[in-house]
Amino acid sequence: MEEKEELKVSKIAEGTVIDHIRAGRAPLVLKILGIEAGFPDSVIVAMNVRSTRYGKKDIVKVEGQFLDEEKINKIALISPQATINIIRSYKVVKKDQVELPKRLVGIVKCPNRNCITNSPEGVETIFHTEASAGGPRLRCHYCEESVELAEVELL
Amino acid sequence: MTAWRGADLISIRDLGREEIEKVLDRAQTIRPDSSLLRGRVMASLFFEPSTRTQLSFATAMERLGGSVIGFSGVEGTSIQKGESLYDTIKMVERYADVIVIRHPLEGSARFAADVAQIPVINAGDGANQHPSQTLLDLFTIRRFCGRLDGLSIGMVGDLKYGRTVHSLATALTHFEGVKLRLISPPLLRMPPRILEEELRGKIEFEETEELELSDLDVVYMTRIQRERFPDVEEYERVKGAYILDLEACRQLKPEAIILHPLPRVGEIDPEVDRLPQAKYFEQAASGVPVRMALLSLILLG
Ligand SMILES: [Zn+2]
Repeated sequence: MEEKEELKVSKIAEGTVIDHIRAGRAPLVLKILGIEAGFPDSVIVAMNVRSTRYGKKDIVKVEGQFLDEEKINKIALISPQATINIIRSYKVVKKDQVELPKRLVGIVKCPNRNCITNSPEGVETIFHTEASAGGPRLRCHYCEESVELAEVELL
Repeated sequence: MTAWRGADLISIRDLGREEIEKVLDRAQTIRPDSSLLRGRVMASLFFEPSTRTQLSFATAMERLGGSVIGFSGVEGTSIQKGESLYDTIKMVERYADVIVIRHPLEGSARFAADVAQIPVINAGDGANQHPSQTLLDLFTIRRFCGRLDGLSIGMVGDLKYGRTVHSLATALTHFEGVKLRLISPPLLRMPPRILEEELRGKIEFEETEELELSDLDVVYMTRIQRERFPDVEEYERVKGAYILDLEACRQLKPEAIILHPLPRVGEIDPEVDRLPQAKYFEQAASGVPVRMALLSLILLG
């Protein structure tokens, strides 16, 4: 059987399919979705499957979950090309490309140890996205340290 | 940012050419006037001591007739007992019209400004920003060179850790035709993130290890600190190569100027002090008029 066919078999009735995840990053997506040992609903994970657009990709399908904005923003951070498909009665009813928001609140950890957001003051992190020659970067609203997307550590 | 009245001053990155020139213009004309800020209160919150900066702000406020409250160092204060920065700011904003803050944590001044209902001036947040220092550097350069456009400016010494040179280089990107020569040992080169994110494509710059000064309009010296080096021998060797003495100064154009944020630790031979190009004491003295200008712009517009 073709690989494509095989993936088709694993359809979900109601929920979300996160497609075009950067190859190898499905485990990070699971972490963002809060899927760990003991998770009650169906989850289908495919890693390093062939993609016509990007060579290889990961896919995560979650039964019964519809993602809030914070989770979508986090996915955009670790995989800017990902698409979010909303499934109702086995059909894709909505398909969205994730988008990196201009401002990320409480999502990314500041890599600067001497930043006020890493102090006992308990200040929530704020990052601004900035365009640069090497692709988008994040800059800490407080200490102004800039971070490459690939180096981002999620809270 | 467009208008100064009621504005915060947190980072040089927030300022464009217009805002910078407004401060420099005001600093050039402002004179002591005990009625200008009469009845206004400046809260001077120095969570770590910095005598020079603290005295300069306090003098500026008092020369305009305002008064100063606050502390320097947290010993014996409620902060030592664990009071949060948030609580300190919320209390102080009821007593004062403007806050000047120095704090060891990077981002603390931005946080204070977000929290406070009154304007906040950053007088140094850890290794991050100290914008009034940059403004006084620019003021001194413009005062003696007559302009900021089209200058050749050499920065010498520790360009890696020296935040004054990072901020000055960033600010100079707003001016036309400025050329930067970054003179440092390889170990203390300006960090790639500053070169690539702040300077590349916005200002002309070159990096070199040679103390080549002959065509410069401004020589900006920095401290080379011993703790930056893995061993003492390396430190001594490097330090020796970037000392400005009478011999090195023979390269200078007669109208060039030498600046240093002070205090110096031997980078400039005291014999250089008597040269007409030595302007670092004038630079230090311009801290007061520049801060008078800032306080008057922020409090009165
Ligand atoms: Zn930070």
